[in-house]
Amino acid sequence: MDLPTASRRLVLGGGLALLAISPARATPEAMRAAMQGFAGGAEPRPGRVRLEMPTLVENGNAVPTTVIVDSPMTAADHVVEIALFNERNPLPDIARFTLGPRCGQAWVSTRIRLGDTQSVHALARMNDGSVWSASAELIVTLPACIEG
Amino acid sequence: MIRRRGAALALLLALATVATRVEAQDTRRSGFMFMSPGTQAMQRDDMENPGMLAVLDGAELWAKPAGTSGRSCADCHGGGAEAMRGVAARYPAFDATRGEAIDLAGRILQCRAERQGDAPPPRESRTLLALTAFVAHRARGMPVAPDADPRMTPVVEAGRALWHKRLGQLDLSCAQCHDDNAGQKLASAPIPEAHPTGYPIYRLEWQTTGSLQRRIRGCLTGVRAEPFAYGADEYIALEAFLMERARGMEIETPGVRP
Amino acid sequence: MSRALINVPAKARKGEVIQIRTLVQHEMETGFRPLPNGGFAPRLILRRFECIYDGETVFAADLHPAISANPYLAFRTVATTSGEMLFRWIDDRGAVREERATIEVT
Repeated sequence: MDLPTASRRLVLGGGLALLAISPARATPEAMRAAMQGFAGGAEPRPGRVRLEMPTLVENGNAVPTTVIVDSPMTAADHVVEIALFNERNPLPDIARFTLGPRCGQAWVSTRIRLGDTQSVHALARMNDGSVWSASAELIVTLPACIEG
Repeated sequence: MIRRRGAALALLLALATVATRVEAQDTRRSGFMFMSPGTQAMQRDDMENPGMLAVLDGAELWAKPAGTSGRSCADCHGGGAEAMRGVAARYPAFDATRGEAIDLAGRILQCRAERQGDAPPPRESRTLLALTAFVAHRARGMPVAPDADPRMTPVVEAGRALWHKRLGQLDLSCAQCHDDNAGQKLASAPIPEAHPTGYPIYRLEWQTTGSLQRRIRGCLTGVRAEPFAYGADEYIALEAFLMERARGMEIETPGVRP
Repeated sequence: MSRALINVPAKARKGEVIQIRTLVQHEMETGFRPLPNGGFAPRLILRRFECIYDGETVFAADLHPAISANPYLAFRTVATTSGEMLFRWIDDRGAVREERATIEVT
């Protein structure tokens, strides 16, 4: 349905082509603005965050996504929040996760929708205010015979 | 002792040879084998398989009284773990009263209307899919074992003819993709062998659970043919043929497919 | 009728980090799905998830339309005490759905 279908390009030859109507779409600029909003004044630094996603996505409707942050998750040193952003869906935000020392480990797994080939970014804010980041580049393919 | 061990080894080798030979003969592959490891993981683990939501829905509906009879499915068929075990493996089956083949969903509709006295839910409704998923799940891990009734033979043959018939503006038959080019790619997607072993499936493309008939409709619109109406004889015949073609393969319901 | 699958270990040792998995039935209508009439299907998603355990929200998530239909969320928490875990999903209209699971901590 929605996101992937709406942004699918005409790639199939013959009669299998699907006409797509593109709704409004986030831009890399909108994504950067959303990421800056999350980071507050902090400058995100690459590292400490691992973003596990397939590089080749079979269907953009359910992309397995796992974020792991290197943190002892103690009262003195822990992850406060993790956020996921994308570049080319209609909206740049995907999800924000609130964590704390009670989590024991900073590990979150979910499934997300990706309307197109693009990059996904994970940011983690620590209790000391520092923000760490990781990103993944994904190629979203599409099933050949979809309901038009 | 040594001789006995030698005999045991010989027996093992013989068994291994038989096993290899059987395996070598059967080259059929479920659509599961064509999926990415991530999608396979989604199906393999019940806790991650969204198709299980329909199975759970079905379990609840199974025990719920319906219609003027005030009876639930479980009141007749039982509600225990063994109820309906393996039943789905032989559908579509021949219905002697009607004198025609009936698919599993059709049988459930028949029960709803004739035995429970309820307005039967529409094809592809959440209620019907849930009940079908519940019953089919009770055959998971069992081999496809088509109904042996000889009156099913013409139905299977009608399905086989349809399978080989060119359809739509693209003038393609099912066989041209799923026999001749299985394992190849259509755009970036692998073409599976079209074994109906996981239905109803949770298809990521649909973002919900759907029937084999819905899936075949997807193929029909793909070749730019007019899809048959839900419940049409053509679908039952195709399903009967596909189940015959998949005889002995393991039922996976609820399958997950891209 | 809406289903949820919750996977919590039945037993854990005190202090052990356990994994919790949840799968809930919801279409997660994005608001961007075009309709035949030229409009878009109105948005209706689960926008919030919370897990409350031993007197505290140990994990929460704010969800956007880019979360897949039938949302799957898995996370970890420290087994602190025997008792109930509460799982709560809240949709765009404020409708709340709750599930419970129990854990025995030794």
